[in-house]
Amino acid sequence: MSTAPTTARRNAQRTARRIRDYIILTVLALVFIAPIYYLIIGSFKPSQEVLAGFSGFLPTDLSFANYGSVIASLSSDSTGYFYQFMLNSFLISAAIVAGGLIVNSMAAYSFARLRWRGRDRVFVVVILLVIVPFQAVAIPLVYLLAGMRDTLFVQIIPFIANAFSIYLFYTFFLGLPTSIEEAARLDGLGPAGTFFRIVVPISRPVFATVAILTFLSSWGQFLWPSLTTSDPAVRPLPLEMSVFSGQSPVDWGSVFAFGTLLVLPILVVFLAFQRFFVQSVAGSAVKG
Amino acid sequence: MTTTTSAHTARRTGAGPGNSRMRARRQRDGGPAMLMAAPAVLGLAAFVAVPFIVAIVLSFYDAQLNQVRTPKFFGFTQYVRLFTDPVVAGPFFRSLLNNLVFAIVVIPVQTAIALGLAILLNSKLKGIPVFRTIFFMPVVFPMALVAVIWRLILDRSGNGLLNAFTGFVTAGHFVPQDWLGSAGTALGAVILLSIWQGAGFQMVIILAGLQEIPTERFEAASLDRANAWQQFIHITLPGLRNTLIFVTLYTTIMAFQLYDQVYILIKTAGGNQTALQTVLYQGTSSLFDENNLGRAAAVTVVFFAIVLVIALVQRSLLKQRTEE
Repeated sequence: MSTAPTTARRNAQRTARRIRDYIILTVLALVFIAPIYYLIIGSFKPSQEVLAGFSGFLPTDLSFANYGSVIASLSSDSTGYFYQFMLNSFLISAAIVAGGLIVNSMAAYSFARLRWRGRDRVFVVVILLVIVPFQAVAIPLVYLLAGMRDTLFVQIIPFIANAFSIYLFYTFFLGLPTSIEEAARLDGLGPAGTFFRIVVPISRPVFATVAILTFLSSWGQFLWPSLTTSDPAVRPLPLEMSVFSGQSPVDWGSVFAFGTLLVLPILVVFLAFQRFFVQSVAGSAVKG
Repeated sequence: MTTTTSAHTARRTGAGPGNSRMRARRQRDGGPAMLMAAPAVLGLAAFVAVPFIVAIVLSFYDAQLNQVRTPKFFGFTQYVRLFTDPVVAGPFFRSLLNNLVFAIVVIPVQTAIALGLAILLNSKLKGIPVFRTIFFMPVVFPMALVAVIWRLILDRSGNGLLNAFTGFVTAGHFVPQDWLGSAGTALGAVILLSIWQGAGFQMVIILAGLQEIPTERFEAASLDRANAWQQFIHITLPGLRNTLIFVTLYTTIMAFQLYDQVYILIKTAGGNQTALQTVLYQGTSSLFDENNLGRAAAVTVVFFAIVLVIALVQRSLLKQRTEE
């Protein structure tokens, strides 16, 4: 189409633009990754070398000593046990994710496909609740659930039913073709049977999305456990992170080892299911 | 996204013969259908609706968390104090101001960074997935950890990375700053670490929006010899309108929920309390430090009113678009 010289010029321009883009991307990537690198390298360095200007960045005198001392310094009833914090976080997140998937998907299916009196009115209220952030009800909940203080249960139960998860399931179920369900119903399956045997198996993407978003928010949970727990036996990792780093004299190497262990599970899940993570977050914006 | 939603609505309102046939038969779903919805609906009632109503009721009382004295009806006193009593209103207004400044700085800066990253990632360069992974990675970091990492980077001694850096660049002319402790820089420091953690989240949402803009529009524009900047102004930005409205209002709501990082920095890292306190911080410190449940509830109600206004603004902006 175009004459030879312009094509050559255009190619040169394109190459120049490419190089420029790579330089910008690389510089930004270094800025974004620097704090993560600092955390991980610091977790392997002697404490006095972590907070030490630029040399905190150098991979010198590396060892697993800090990991050992995290375990060792968190191994009594008064401080709590490291494995206990880890276990608490796992149990809380797993219960919220599993419970949330079951309860919210069932409700969404009922709203999307089943007929019952008052359904539309109840659904409108559920959708209105999407905009109520948990922070807006945290304080009255502390008062209402005062009797359950210092349990794992109190850290799980408020997060199972989730209006936004219902919304995500709902839009997915509406998009499914009705023919398969109709056939199942004609074969004599009830609403619950149709849902669990027919709909759930073909809805894996939305279950993955909701599971990822729920896990992401529950693993990092700080506000609610800080309001409802004081006993180290039920404390989750992020809360212990602030307790552990607030002690004096503070041992920065161990704090970074603790931090690495705190982020490791979710980082592994993220790197393994990256595509899902990114899609889930992008998909959550449909909310508007 | 708008098209799929409207398609859903059409299906839901029951257009089409197949649907009405199913519907007629489904009159019988009653019992089991309600049972399937019940756990979630009851959960939302118990843990969202009821506590919200309780917050409103409590805000009209003089009540304590540990019921030492019996709650006393207080009328609007909590609100009047919150807005007029110098001792209470001072920190409260400062908290609102901090939230507001945070929102006003974070929204444009973070959105611009996220938009820039998304545009760079939307090209066909090799290695894009690696960059995307790196920019998104901070999103999975719990805020409690982010606060601690940055607390060391921003350490007030010459050993903090930022101080070491500024000292190095200015050949020692720039003396170490107490970034988190001094009133002038503390909020800026929190803004910095919050953007580092949040930009990747926005980037991914904007990237999805970018990929929905038909590529033919860009091709047509190049044929018309529109340069990159003209394409950005006339195609990219209008195409991202709804995405950007969503991202902006989402970030505003997040800005008013600011809590984890300021709490940790104030309580464990010598962060400047006046410069860092937020509305939620006021709520929890009224509750625990002052044992004033009524005031904490009033703060909650004000907080929710702010979020509600933001959500309504979002609604009307998005609606305008659909009606155009």
